[in-house]
Amino acid sequence: MTHRLSLIAQALAVAIAAIGIALAPGYLEIFTLMQVTLFAAMAVLSLSLAFIWGYGGILSFGQTAFFGLGGYTYAIAAINFQDSTQGILLAVFIPGVFAAILGYFVFYGRISDVYLGVITLTVTLILFNVINSTSGDEYHIGTAMLGGFNGIPAVPTFNMPFDPESPLSPEASWWATGSILLIVYLGLRLLLASPFGRVVVAVRENETRASLLGYDPRMIRLISFIIGGAVAGLAGALYVNWGAFVGPTIFSLSLSAEIIIWITIGGLGTLLGPVLGCFLIQYIVASIGSQQTFNSNLVLGAVLIVFVLLLPKGLVPTIRDLILRLMAKKPQAGSGVTAGLTAAPGNLHPAGASSHG
Amino acid sequence: MEIYLILLLDVINGTASLFLLCLGLAIIFGMMKIINLAHGEFIMLGAYATVISTNAGINIWIAMLLIAPLFVGLVGLLIERCLIRFLYGRLVDSMLATWGLSLLIIGIVTTVFGNTIQGVPTPLGGFSIGSYRSSYYTLFLLAMALVMMAIVYGVMRHTRLGLIARATMQNPAMANTLGINPARVYMGTFAAGAAVTGLAGGLLAPVSGITPVMGGAYVAKAFITVVGGGAAMLSGTLSASTLFGSLNQIGAYFTTPVYGEVIVFTAAIVLIRLLPQGISGRFLKGNL
Repeated sequence: MTHRLSLIAQALAVAIAAIGIALAPGYLEIFTLMQVTLFAAMAVLSLSLAFIWGYGGILSFGQTAFFGLGGYTYAIAAINFQDSTQGILLAVFIPGVFAAILGYFVFYGRISDVYLGVITLTVTLILFNVINSTSGDEYHIGTAMLGGFNGIPAVPTFNMPFDPESPLSPEASWWATGSILLIVYLGLRLLLASPFGRVVVAVRENETRASLLGYDPRMIRLISFIIGGAVAGLAGALYVNWGAFVGPTIFSLSLSAEIIIWITIGGLGTLLGPVLGCFLIQYIVASIGSQQTFNSNLVLGAVLIVFVLLLPKGLVPTIRDLILRLMAKKPQAGSGVTAGLTAAPGNLHPAGASSHG
Repeated sequence: MEIYLILLLDVINGTASLFLLCLGLAIIFGMMKIINLAHGEFIMLGAYATVISTNAGINIWIAMLLIAPLFVGLVGLLIERCLIRFLYGRLVDSMLATWGLSLLIIGIVTTVFGNTIQGVPTPLGGFSIGSYRSSYYTLFLLAMALVMMAIVYGVMRHTRLGLIARATMQNPAMANTLGINPARVYMGTFAAGAAVTGLAGGLLAPVSGITPVMGGAYVAKAFITVVGGGAAMLSGTLSASTLFGSLNQIGAYFTTPVYGEVIVFTAAIVLIRLLPQGISGRFLKGNL
């Protein structure tokens, strides 16, 4: 009963989101629309980590490695082919391959927890340093100059597939970004409902038990990590399309940390939470950016501390539990309601999620 | 020939600074198994304390060796009481909260002092080796690293306080049964770790540009070194900072400073892949 209700609610939410994405350009000014496009691109990045951390139990401090790699791949491919189609595909493929190599190295060495965090963080630092030092004419891939610290300016933005002559307008660009966000969300949701998704969660919950049941936790982790890397790469392409620019700061530590903040605030172990957290925090940072009384670091830091101490579950699970408790007061609701609503049970704690890993 | 002497000095300098930078983090990590990601900001606070008291007319040695560690130690004590004590045993939560703390401290310092570069002149002079020049301050850093090593070793090995700390580290429940309050030991350790970090910040103030965001440059390196070194606070940190410090300087000498860093990071990845428990978890078991 409740399960079916929640399915209907979710389908409704998706339909409303789709209509909202379609109609937004009619209501928003062009500046706001561009900002929302950026937020949506970042939300895809947020989803990539939400999947591997919230469901796979893999806390990567270097999700920007794949994000940046996707951005650079897209920029280089778009300049060389003068057509964004191959660029987008490559921006998914190359970070995916990179995630496969890195993931094989890490998971097949049974590295977990904080050590995994150190390795992913270090890889991001390496990429930053290497790309940062590629200024000069000798560093180029095809016709694309890498540009070192200055990055690659004037990257061609998205065009209609296989039609370089018709670039997307800002509205069309929003439609593309918004619908990719929706598709990624739905794709991950379906994946988590599939048998494979169940196994991913099972490995997070209890690695030994999962392997005794015949699954190879290393393989499962590796596959989730690759999916996360590919999605982050796609987000990188969306980001570069938004700004027509990519520079080495895309690999920055502070962005990696910010993704973690989005997820912590929105709710680890959900997909909706990280998207909401991403929009919320970016909106706050963008509104603080223009004035000087409050520093954005100060606000972000305070918010993160408050959430870790007082609302460790994050917004979405807290609100969901609240609604469920209200519903449970009505007589007909049974006791096992909580488990039905999401793919992940509510007792998801960041520490609990990774301590098995 | 002279160039190798200079290279040797660089290696010593790199190792000593890295050791000083990491020691506070290692004390906290080794004792309580929490990673303080606001470590870089503790360094920054130590550096600011030094600069501000020096500019106020206080002797730079007093500012560096006394005021910086005292101030940051107090800040650490306050933070432990208000924040960290709720997070023991929750590794990931403690990392998130201290990351938030690091942003908060950056924000406060930026609001108060502005986003400008501060600095103090380097005390002691320089000397020449052939046609190369170097600074006595390099040797002073090495001496300080040795002194800190001796102090930590002495306190941990030969005092009652150290005994209590080591007992709590090994088995908090048992220590508790014997009448020791682990919460107080943790509080003291966190403050001590913060003070050591503040001292490192003070010592590095004369040789670095001091901005509110300077901590970011150190925290990743310190984090990697401490995890690479493993849980033993002294031998782990010493071995890892020697390895990474010399790799960095030698790599920078033969290639560029950027690739020097890249070589260190690559070495760190390989090291952690091969020895997930860190150097001390494998080779120096049971050491301090």
